[in-house]
Amino acid sequence: MSKIKIGILAVQGDVTENFLATMASMSELGIDGAVVQVKTVEQISSLDGLIIPGGESTVIGQMSLVNGAIKKIKEKIESGMPVFGICAGMVFLSKNSQDRVVGNVDQPLLDILDVKIERNSFGRQKDSFEAKISMEPIGISSFNGVFIRAPSVSETGSDVEILAKFNEKIVAVKQGNILATAFHPELTRDISLHKSFVKLVDNQS
Amino acid sequence: MIPLSGDIPNSKGAICENVDSNSIVRGTSTLKRGFAHMLKNGVVMDVTTVEQAQIAEEAGAVSVMVLDKLPSDVRKVGGVARTASIRIIEEIMDHVTIPVMAKCRIGHMYEAKVLDETNVDMIDESEVLTPADEYRHIWKWDYTTPFVNGARSLAEALRRVEEGAAMIRTKGEPGTGNVAEAIYHIKKVNEELRAIKSIYDSDDKQDLVKMAREFKVSYDLVEETARIGRLPVVNFAAGGIATPADAAYLMSLGCDGIFVGSGIFKAEDAQERARAVVLATTFWEEPDKVKDAQKMIDERQSLLGLDIKNLELKMQDRGSTV
Repeated sequence: MSKIKIGILAVQGDVTENFLATMASMSELGIDGAVVQVKTVEQISSLDGLIIPGGESTVIGQMSLVNGAIKKIKEKIESGMPVFGICAGMVFLSKNSQDRVVGNVDQPLLDILDVKIERNSFGRQKDSFEAKISMEPIGISSFNGVFIRAPSVSETGSDVEILAKFNEKIVAVKQGNILATAFHPELTRDISLHKSFVKLVDNQS
Repeated sequence: MIPLSGDIPNSKGAICENVDSNSIVRGTSTLKRGFAHMLKNGVVMDVTTVEQAQIAEEAGAVSVMVLDKLPSDVRKVGGVARTASIRIIEEIMDHVTIPVMAKCRIGHMYEAKVLDETNVDMIDESEVLTPADEYRHIWKWDYTTPFVNGARSLAEALRRVEEGAAMIRTKGEPGTGNVAEAIYHIKKVNEELRAIKSIYDSDDKQDLVKMAREFKVSYDLVEETARIGRLPVVNFAAGGIATPADAAYLMSLGCDGIFVGSGIFKAEDAQERARAVVLATTFWEEPDKVKDAQKMIDERQSLLGLDIKNLELKMQDRGSTV
């Protein structure tokens, strides 16, 4: 079996936390593979899976546009590479995003996850919260959701599976090889979500 | 990894409540420090108006910091520098999607409460403003909104973390356009971190106790910091950064990100410079990209800058001994 290679998009945001959670997942699953921080088109080309971490979606989008990474990422996902978008990563993957207060913002998106996003959906930082989330469709019954100025999904396309809701707002979705959450699993000690992503990548390659 | 737990028992800023039938908690250390983690590898820009905030957002700033006057003007005008007008802060919050921070005076509990009520995303207890209490900083565990504090030594940084700061910025000398002090202080903090890490690795508990007494912080915090070999919260560089090369250099010294004050909006090419500083911060590991960023700015339009030796007011001294 070939070694799998998972990249963490290292443009902006909490890259290290995702790097460590992915490393821990691989070792716990006994999967032979590498985790790398990626930024350039060449680095992205060689990946079997990609995590787009939390951060500011406007910055991650704009800076990925500068060096052409955005085009490469889209191309790779379209050809079947699994991707996991967290918070800003979820916004970046989406086809459509609006801010709850400001409304339309002209920001680069990957335009691939068939959802409409409401940015800063739960309010500002003071409204950020932790709460129990259940993701039954992927076998995770209880997960500590860390929501930081989190987005939510306001509309989903027909191919999008809803994995979790919180107070009627959609906070985790799956569309084929695309996994996306509004909360931050990398800020908890629970690596079950990262593990299910690593398994997804491993099954693909 | 930077530990996110660190809550003190019964911290007033952490609030449990029920939303519909779900119980949630706000203002925990994970949420406050976690917020700072989302800013990593980014640039926070000082702004005084909505227009500047929008320029910053379009340039790729990760957050904006609202002030009444930019630090170099605070220096020029003199008098008492206070927190910015709430109306301007709110107006900026309504016009940008990125987080909005604001400064309060050192020790001014009620300026902080006002900013907490205003719902800014982070409060900077800052030496750029005139200190309200020379002897005591704010007890930041009492607030749901996270705080960032300045520090120019490891001891100062850990004292602020112990008071509840969720993020540190190593100080430079604000409003000077001179990066020398920012470089000096991050190097100093790095050196001090290496020193306590080596004490930890040699398993000399007694020496760590001695350090805790010297730093005037708890043993547990010193031990935890020594174990991980870095500050236990996200650390940005601040003060005197004026060019893309300044930003890239500080990133290379291990800073998690950059605060730019007067460097951008006191330059004559603010829009280009804002973009250039973000590019240099993102791609600091690639010198050709830093060069491209540096090429976007015109040195003749930089903030003129001040020699630190001749300064009457050294903002960095404020609040650093307690």
